[in-house]
Amino acid sequence: MLEEIKFTKEHEWAKLSGGFAIVGISDFAQKQLGDIVSVELPKVGSVFKQLQVMAIIDSIKASSDIYCPLSGQIIEINQNLHDHPELINQSPYDGGWMVKIKPANKDEFDGLMTGTQYEEFVGQK
Amino acid sequence: MRTPFYELHKSLGAKIIDFHGWEMPLEYSGIIAEHGCVRNFVGLFDVSHMGRYQITGTDAFEVVQNLITNDISKLDDNRGLYSPMCNEEGGIIDDIIVFRLAGESFLVVVNASNRQKDLQWILEHAKSANVEDVSENISLLALQGPHAQQMLQKAVEFDLSQLKSFGIVDTKIFGADCKISRTGYTGEDGFEIFCDSARPEIWTRLMQAGTEFGLKPAGLGARDTLRLEAGLMLYGNDIDESTTPFEAPLKWTVRLEKDFIGKTALLNKKPARKLVGFEVAEKRIARHSNHVIINGEKAGFVTSGSFSPTLKKSIGLCYVPPDVAIDQMIGICIGAKIYNAKICHTRFYKRN
Repeated sequence: MLEEIKFTKEHEWAKLSGGFAIVGISDFAQKQLGDIVSVELPKVGSVFKQLQVMAIIDSIKASSDIYCPLSGQIIEINQNLHDHPELINQSPYDGGWMVKIKPANKDEFDGLMTGTQYEEFVGQK
Repeated sequence: MRTPFYELHKSLGAKIIDFHGWEMPLEYSGIIAEHGCVRNFVGLFDVSHMGRYQITGTDAFEVVQNLITNDISKLDDNRGLYSPMCNEEGGIIDDIIVFRLAGESFLVVVNASNRQKDLQWILEHAKSANVEDVSENISLLALQGPHAQQMLQKAVEFDLSQLKSFGIVDTKIFGADCKISRTGYTGEDGFEIFCDSARPEIWTRLMQAGTEFGLKPAGLGARDTLRLEAGLMLYGNDIDESTTPFEAPLKWTVRLEKDFIGKTALLNKKPARKLVGFEVAEKRIARHSNHVIINGEKAGFVTSGSFSPTLKKSIGLCYVPPDVAIDQMIGICIGAKIYNAKICHTRFYKRN
């Protein structure tokens, strides 16, 4: 699965699917954060530049800014996270997805780290 | 620095953090799971990073009585109490537990973050009493939760049903000498075990004995959420040398009928603020030093904030002006936004 998705250095992942990008945070990131208790997602329709802050995750120990991995417009958010933020801990690449984006520039996706590169990146931490 | 149980924490998969120079377990299975385990079953904490000092000798009673705001004159042997220790200005140097082991023999337990400062302060005021740092030789474990007594009884000789809250007793755990007190920092019934630092296997044997009682190891993360729900102060966050026991909800620990360091200052200073609890209307978590907003103005600051696993709410403690009332709405600045919160008592949870 890690082959079809790409990562930022800020630990977000993005996966292209039918012209849209699904976005979440990595398994490494959710483990670092610990129990997630609140997620503040952007409004549908809002527009972000690549690596602009788009959401905030509160775990018990810390609040973390979540950066938009690709420039574009938010077309859907994962409403389940409002009542079940723990989905990000339980299933960071599936049930814990955060937003769907209509990417403005698909070249940005190619510039993100592959799964192998990301594993190397976090391995050095 | 590491406690004698460090390797055991590592082998249990603990996430280790730096806590005032100590490499301590933050969590093992997760803060929420460990918190729930202590509320419903029983949890085991390594709290050996806290300082332990013995104060003995002919002046010991007078020295301790002068150092703390609470009153030890009515404290029987093998009983303890909680007290702030103040400076001349009435600021809180530390909040500590004092056990009277015998007439002129006391054991005090202090915060990890204040070990050196406290020892120096105590030595400066020790007169001819003997002060001994026993932190290295005696490690400290906390066994907390509704099943703690039943579980610990399997390991110790003394009949624990005879040990009252804040009592301390000399007994044996798995055959080894120890002291056990009925104290803790979680809002649950529980015990603290003062045992030989050369016997780290006591941890392992307690873990084994706890299997049938649902025991989990619990880290500093759960310790913080548990104490916050119970309205217990965290030194360095909720109280410090810039705060007095009258500003914090610790008036009950200040005995003005006796003398102690800081008494004059406390009598002459009207508290300019008070510590209260709050519940945030939304799920965002307030953090230490976030601003409190009342009528559009900065009116105080958050000292502790977290998610309450028991109440499933965002809760915290903050300093506000003395005229702020329970149920009053305030704003709390979290990041770039102001969130509504309601003032409440500092104790969010009381066990049945």
